[in-house]
Amino acid sequence: MSAAALPARGALRAAWPWLALAAGSGLFWSFLDARLTRDLLDWLPYLASGFVMNVLISVLAMALGTLGGVVLGAMELSNARVVRAPAVAYVQLFRNAPHLVLIFATTYIFPFEIVVAGSYLPFPDWLKAVLGLAVPACAYVAEIVRGAILSVPTSQWDAARGSGLSRGQTLRWIILPQCLRRALPPWMNLYASITMSTALASLVGVHELLHAATDASTAVRRDDFTIAVYLTVLAAFFLFCFPISRLTRRLERRFAPR
Amino acid sequence: MAQDHTPRPILVELRDVHLSFGAAEVLKGIDLTVAKGDAVSIIGPSGSGKSTILRCINGLAQPHTGRITVAGTRVDTLRTEAERIALRKRVGIVFQQYNLFPHLTVLENITLAPTRILKVPRAEAEALARDLLARVRLADKVSAYPGELSGGQQQRVAIARALAMRPELVLFDEVTSALDPEMVGEVLAVIRELVRDGLTSILVTHEMRFAEEISDTIAFTENGRIVAQAPPAELFYRSGNPRIRQFIGGFQGYRDAVQHREGI
Ligand SMILES: Nc1ncnc2c1ncn2[C@@H]1O[C@H](COP(=O)(O)OP(=O)(O)OP(=O)(O)O)[C@@H](O)[C@H]1O
Ligand SMILES: [Mg+2]
Repeated sequence: MSAAALPARGALRAAWPWLALAAGSGLFWSFLDARLTRDLLDWLPYLASGFVMNVLISVLAMALGTLGGVVLGAMELSNARVVRAPAVAYVQLFRNAPHLVLIFATTYIFPFEIVVAGSYLPFPDWLKAVLGLAVPACAYVAEIVRGAILSVPTSQWDAARGSGLSRGQTLRWIILPQCLRRALPPWMNLYASITMSTALASLVGVHELLHAATDASTAVRRDDFTIAVYLTVLAAFFLFCFPISRLTRRLERRFAPR
Repeated sequence: MAQDHTPRPILVELRDVHLSFGAAEVLKGIDLTVAKGDAVSIIGPSGSGKSTILRCINGLAQPHTGRITVAGTRVDTLRTEAERIALRKRVGIVFQQYNLFPHLTVLENITLAPTRILKVPRAEAEALARDLLARVRLADKVSAYPGELSGGQQQRVAIARALAMRPELVLFDEVTSALDPEMVGEVLAVIRELVRDGLTSILVTHEMRFAEEISDTIAFTENGRIVAQAPPAELFYRSGNPRIRQFIGGFQGYRDAVQHREGI
């Protein structure tokens, strides 16, 4: 994915260390206060259960997004207009839609339960949030895949088809394996970005970390605790996303065209 | 080069082949004949359509009019992907830029098409690959990746990859043009041996001395036409066509360099 596809990425990267420093020193300061420390430790399991939800939503959204995105990305490169046009339209539409709007949309468009083979299955809000994030993830992954496929020289197609491989076989055995290396770093960037967006699900009532923090702060009703709890939220996202972003940079350097 | 002069069956025949890219007419009526066991070189100025002729022969490009026959198959009338694949199994091609698959080892590069397309058992395909690698003098590079090889080595692997399909015909498209001068000789030596062993081949080349040595006939292309196709001695030394004489004359200094390089 180009830097333009995720304009916030660079800014976030630059801001993260400072936020982390602020959160870290804030937390450190709060541990000097015994009562605050005790309250925070009391609420920690509850906060952790919230964060599990963030991770779950991000992993599922990314899995769906990857499946859909690979198909869409290949469709975008089809010779047939009827195949190409819908894929291009989807990607352009959802690559440029705010994640929060999409989460609201999926929350209110889908019913709270669905009928499968005569029985009612609950369709909880967190699953709708998964869909809300999978929709743009598909579009981003499609762009990553499309770019990666195009970055493989056409001479590779010639060589493969000259050896008797079909278009599909060439894509599967020759082109996509070469894409993997090129697509992995932007794909991981996208994962980090989707993970951060899972906090938006709190706004539609999903019990995730930010929501848990709000619960805690309303229950304790003390300013110093509120500050400490939100700093904990920041620290949790940082500790999860920062290693991914570091690893991505390492991979980017390793896979840089030689 | 075939030594006897009994007439041999025709393997490749192009008649009045025309092809355009958009408004640009690139092939303007190509006639070319290749007998089984022959080595035919195509020489001519850059942009005259040499690569396009090769791409038409293995169905990578589709002529607009004209007739192309390869081993009894009418290539110009092939419509489906499956038909073209059937053709390409029998016609190997080697490119100027080697085009090895960078994510596969040398052995995997060579065995991919035989095992996946021809369904040759893996053990058999690998044995053949090792034989071929020994033939191109790269027996010790079986598990190397293309990025770890020199240009000349990569090109020899590419030749082994083409031969692994046991093709009836191999097309060589300027296979030494991207190589450093000291590697040209090793690749030409491999091709020379294959031609001596009776491989039918069409070679686009700028190596005049080499073309003269190994070819049964040489075709001279200019501006989308084959101006002449004749045995080397005739084309090189007895051609009445001033353009051919000028083109070959332009390579005179180059030829000396080749002779020096190959130690001939
Ligand atoms: N895919 C394509 N689309 C448009 N034009 C093309 C395409 N392929 C080749 N051409 C044009 O067709 C002409 C002949 O190309 P071709 O590659 O066959 O020439 P060549 O004789 O092999 O030249 P060279 O010695 O430089 O390799 C050139 O003018 C080239 O620009
Ligand atoms: Mg060419």
